[in-house]
Amino acid sequence: MLGEPIEVQDLLVTAVNSAGEEVEIVKRIGFSLAAGEVLALIGESGSGKTTIALSLLGYARRGCRISGGSVRLGATEVLKLPAKELRDLRGHRVAYIAQSAAASFNPAKTLMEQVIEAALIHKVMSREEAEAKAVGLFRELALPDPDSIGARYPHQVSGGQLQRLMAAMALITDPALVILDEPTTALDVTTQIEVLRAFKRVVRERGTTAIYVSHDLAVVAQMADRVLVLNGGEIQEQGEIDQILEHPAHPYTRSLLEAARPDQKLSPPPTTPGAELLRIDDLQVGYGARDADGVPAKVVLDHIQLNLARGRALGVIGESGSGKSTLARAVAGLIGPSRGAVQFDRRELTPTLKGRTPDQFRRIQMVFQSADNALNPSHSIERILTRPLDTYFELDGRERKRRVAELMDLVKLPQALLKRRPGELSGGQKQRVNLARALAAKPDLLLCDEVTSALDTVVGAAILELLVELRRELGVSYLFISHDISTVRALCDEVMVLFQGRCVEQGPCREVIQNPQHSYTQRLIGSVPELRRGWLESRPSFTDSLEALA
Amino acid sequence: MRNPILRLLLGRLASGVLTLLIVSLVIFAITSLLPGDAAQQILGQFATPEQVAALRTQLGLDQPALLRYFNWLIGLVSGDLGQSVSNALPVSTLMAGRLPNSLILAGVTTAVSVPIALALGIISAMRRGGAIDRVLNVFTLSMVAVPEFLVATIAVLIFAVHLGWLPALSYVSSVENIGDFMRIYAMPVLTLCCVLIAQMARMTRAALIDQLDSPYIEMAQLKGVGPLRRVLRHALPNSLGPIANAVALSLSYLLGGVIIVETIFNYPGIASLMVDAVANRDLALVQACAMLFCSAYLVLVIAADLCAILSNPRLRT
Repeated sequence: MLGEPIEVQDLLVTAVNSAGEEVEIVKRIGFSLAAGEVLALIGESGSGKTTIALSLLGYARRGCRISGGSVRLGATEVLKLPAKELRDLRGHRVAYIAQSAAASFNPAKTLMEQVIEAALIHKVMSREEAEAKAVGLFRELALPDPDSIGARYPHQVSGGQLQRLMAAMALITDPALVILDEPTTALDVTTQIEVLRAFKRVVRERGTTAIYVSHDLAVVAQMADRVLVLNGGEIQEQGEIDQILEHPAHPYTRSLLEAARPDQKLSPPPTTPGAELLRIDDLQVGYGARDADGVPAKVVLDHIQLNLARGRALGVIGESGSGKSTLARAVAGLIGPSRGAVQFDRRELTPTLKGRTPDQFRRIQMVFQSADNALNPSHSIERILTRPLDTYFELDGRERKRRVAELMDLVKLPQALLKRRPGELSGGQKQRVNLARALAAKPDLLLCDEVTSALDTVVGAAILELLVELRRELGVSYLFISHDISTVRALCDEVMVLFQGRCVEQGPCREVIQNPQHSYTQRLIGSVPELRRGWLESRPSFTDSLEALA
Repeated sequence: MRNPILRLLLGRLASGVLTLLIVSLVIFAITSLLPGDAAQQILGQFATPEQVAALRTQLGLDQPALLRYFNWLIGLVSGDLGQSVSNALPVSTLMAGRLPNSLILAGVTTAVSVPIALALGIISAMRRGGAIDRVLNVFTLSMVAVPEFLVATIAVLIFAVHLGWLPALSYVSSVENIGDFMRIYAMPVLTLCCVLIAQMARMTRAALIDQLDSPYIEMAQLKGVGPLRRVLRHALPNSLGPIANAVALSLSYLLGGVIIVETIFNYPGIASLMVDAVANRDLALVQACAMLFCSAYLVLVIAADLCAILSNPRLRT
């Protein structure tokens, strides 16, 4: 089946809010797309991009309703189809690739069964034909062991492979329209580049019409012909990709573009290195039973050596599973190392929390990735901030109030929020409270674990700006853990690259990023998509596997 | 693939045996603490202390508790459950007379309740929030809330007293054909089913809804998979673990917990045997019954765990 044109008019999706009122979450959206074209829906969380993508399948999530408008695919009016015909359309003429492949595969069924299911229930082909076609797709998508990978279960393959398997699942019936909903957001950059390449090839070769939903303009620049910029369920701007990238007309588009390049605007404040604050010698951390030499069954980090001076910021960069969060947990005392020592302010830290002095507790504070999990949802912001003050300092009521107000000023939050609970705050505000809570202890060292990763680009950029400012004003040191090179470049003086638990490169931030020495660092930096068309094609394809670099 | 499962099963069995051992100790300790003893009970209030002491010696009650425990345990392992003092019969003979009745009642109740409960749970999960779901919800909730003696009494009032269709008492020995069987078992099974179906249906619904909210079900829907196939082929395999556990918990109740039903219908099952034994301070019988209930419970829980493991490829391989 070749691609078909799609035309959307006045699409209106409503949801019932907590007060029981019906609110519009997609407000009369319209666009049209010729056969074989790729349209990107871009916007932040809450912009309605996934809701729009799903309504192209005639589907609305629980609590939502498609209340009006039309979606015309070829000659079919999708929104007027009865349930039975809608089922025939889904997974046959229109296919969907979801953001989290790990959650979208049924854990109890083999991959092959799930990949060919749509072809079987729509009676497009026999089981044998479908399996043969699936194996062909696996090969086309550069999956390892294409002949036998289908017999495995979802938990037996990696995230990048699952994402490609989902593409195979979508393409098995040769759909006329493919909807890709943030298909690479959950992947590491080095995996993302290969998956993007595979997606682009299979979509282009088949002439399939595609909708690509993303918050990442750099990724969209590689995939799309046209872009539709959304905010709050409304279209801000739509046009050809080149026009959007080069001459954005709408201020919102410009702010998105700006946030996509944080490192060009921000830079770490100039500091002179002070006395040594944190020193790690030959650290080894792992899980599981230890053998006769004290080496754990699964070593997560090994031979880690680092030195952090007062007032400086060290970025720790690496992919999921590289051990970067474990490093922060070892410094914080949440997991005891199996070898090596951690010195803080020239004094040895005990491996776990037991035995650390209250002052050491106070001086090392951790900021977790998800403020939603770190803040107690039933406490007011004031109570959350007062708690560490009561733990570490003896303040009378007035001083405490003054200090809380000061902290709110520090993270640029209005005092009016003090009486609210975390659930009533936006994601960015919550992350600011999370920071203020750590700063309440007047720490010398902040362990930041992916603090901007869960946030939208614009919000994340603002938090990053705040972190730079706090460094300048308070002189606090950071151990800043991130998978995102541009945020590290914007904040840190030095960087350490972790790969499979080992440090492969360490040095001044600018130097390492501009002139990476280790082949893994080169690949990591080279895989970060750039905001220009043709970047994907210009990258060499890495034929050697990541494991070969170890 | 067989090896890890076998190892897991052996591990579970070993921990089951250990649990039983601990349970035996607890049971023995508790029964020893019961006020009064068998000698006093047998001889009645007017026995002289000398008579009681003599009988105690004869029954071995004057030996140290630890020694009695080990003797009992050794007997248990070698299949000798001891002598019932109040009936002057071997415990095994007494239990053998009652156990088949209990097993038949449990078996029939299981065969009736499990399919109905699963069907109700699946239907209400599929129609979540709809009229059928709400009706079923009210129905199951009230069934859980109503005590079974009330259900049993009302059933007797309606079917035995007013309509006269069914006998009020279950004379198991009078079963001669399938019609008798149905008439005698109808009310006890109905009473037990009321509570069990409600519990299992609610757990099934909860376990299924938990899965129906997951992204892979949405994905299946977006592939064009119909509602029935979504539930039966996609969600059900993933909720088998919790459902099997809920079923096991409910069924374990069928051996020991049915005393009220047995009493009301005068059904000669093993639960009423145990209650009589407690009243008579017949320690050997109490201990044997308690061990039986615990073993049955452990077997059911292990079976449920096995179900959960076999249905989950993560645990299976």
